[in-house]
Amino acid sequence: MTLITCDNVALGYGSRVVVDGLNFTVDEGDYLCIIGENGAGKSTLVKTLLGLQKPLRGKILLNGLNAGDIGYLSQQTAIQKDFPASVNEIVLSGCLARKKFLPFYSAQDKEIAATNMERLGVQSLADRSFAELSGGQQQRVLLARALCAAKKILLLDEPVAALDPEATADMYKIISQLNQDGITIIMISHDVNEAIGRAKHVLRLGKKIFYGTSEDYHA
Amino acid sequence: MLETITMYLEYPFVINALIVGVLIALCSSLLGVTLVLKRFSLIGDGLAHVAFGALCVATVLHMANKMLLTLPITVICAILILRGGQNAKIRGDAVIAMISVGSLAFGYLIMNVFASSANLSGDVCSTLFGSTSILTLTEQEVWLSVILSILMVAAFVLFYNKIFAVTFDEDFARAARLNVDFYNLMISIVIAIIIVLSMNLVGSLLISAFIIFPALSAMKLFKTFRAVTICSVILSVVCAFIGIAISILGGTPVGSTIVAVDALTFGLCFAVNKFGGVAA
Repeated sequence: MTLITCDNVALGYGSRVVVDGLNFTVDEGDYLCIIGENGAGKSTLVKTLLGLQKPLRGKILLNGLNAGDIGYLSQQTAIQKDFPASVNEIVLSGCLARKKFLPFYSAQDKEIAATNMERLGVQSLADRSFAELSGGQQQRVLLARALCAAKKILLLDEPVAALDPEATADMYKIISQLNQDGITIIMISHDVNEAIGRAKHVLRLGKKIFYGTSEDYHA
Repeated sequence: MLETITMYLEYPFVINALIVGVLIALCSSLLGVTLVLKRFSLIGDGLAHVAFGALCVATVLHMANKMLLTLPITVICAILILRGGQNAKIRGDAVIAMISVGSLAFGYLIMNVFASSANLSGDVCSTLFGSTSILTLTEQEVWLSVILSILMVAAFVLFYNKIFAVTFDEDFARAARLNVDFYNLMISIVIAIIIVLSMNLVGSLLISAFIIFPALSAMKLFKTFRAVTICSVILSVVCAFIGIAISILGGTPVGSTIVAVDALTFGLCFAVNKFGGVAA
């Protein structure tokens, strides 16, 4: 089943077009890696996929998904470095996406959070402070939060940007594992070689847009 | 000592001052954690200066209820400062600095040129550092602050999880379909209201200390959002109580005394964090 169809889309701000003639599809169970230089429109595409921005032209069709159903792993901000928050509090906040007006978390939300913490091996850190964790552990926590929001698709914005080589390899392994479990992955990345090796499809933004399987990209 | 306190507690104006002071401390500390974490510590300071400027204008205009002018102007500036923070043309901190220094200068200028009062510097001083009007509260005003505080606490509890999400990660909150701009707007408006209401107690120069000190102290002691929030409320309330008590007993200015107690508490928390290890 196709989850996302991008049909001749142009992206940008106001009159400034950053990307034009963008065509790609994301199928269920897919692993799409989006690469491109700075300024090529990667973050604009992220915002558009999340439904925070409208495309200038063309259409993005979401099939069986609402924009809020995409689990988003955002880039870490400076604010989070010394933020007093426990792992549990952060993962639980991922459940907010599915609650419209209810102010408090239900027992079911807590269960979802616990399941996802276990899935990513951070349940033992539940009461620890987020700021005291290593970079790799922090990304796992944020991934668990994204999973709480996501039903079947994750959008990862530079998931390994600030990680050391060991944590990077670890992160890629986790992402592949999630993909094998049936979760559709869209990953924005700088790290071209490593990222593409694991992806099924590649979308390169820039002057010459490439979209195809990762085998074709290498060829 | 105890006898003096019991004697003072028999006066209704002392009880009123304590009630209102503690309530203001409670409300201002609730949002303090969010403001400090969002790097908005200075927004309180800027808005307090705006409120001072507006108050000067209201004084010159001989308005019977100065709140009618001060409150709307401060709220509008809160919204403007927030917009400025999002708009990269002028950086957020520069906007705050501009608005705050500007309104301070214009306020004092207007007072100087148009005021008819014989004791100009006294008036200005009491607006900046707090007046004794907390000791002359009417029963109506006390009830008003009780009701407003209850509303404030209720709203905070209802929106607590969303406030956390918006503070911790705006991008994720947006992706999760939370109306981030709305929550940011509400936070600034509520802060503006608290500042205008509490100006009488601590004065416009000291109000931001009221907002940020308890949050900073609590962050030295605890590492989870909930614990920090609860701790900062408790610290703020206790410090306000002790501060008001000292000021009544010793005849010191209310606002500065409370802020001094807040600052000492921060020093204590800092020392505990440094030498005593951190609680979970």
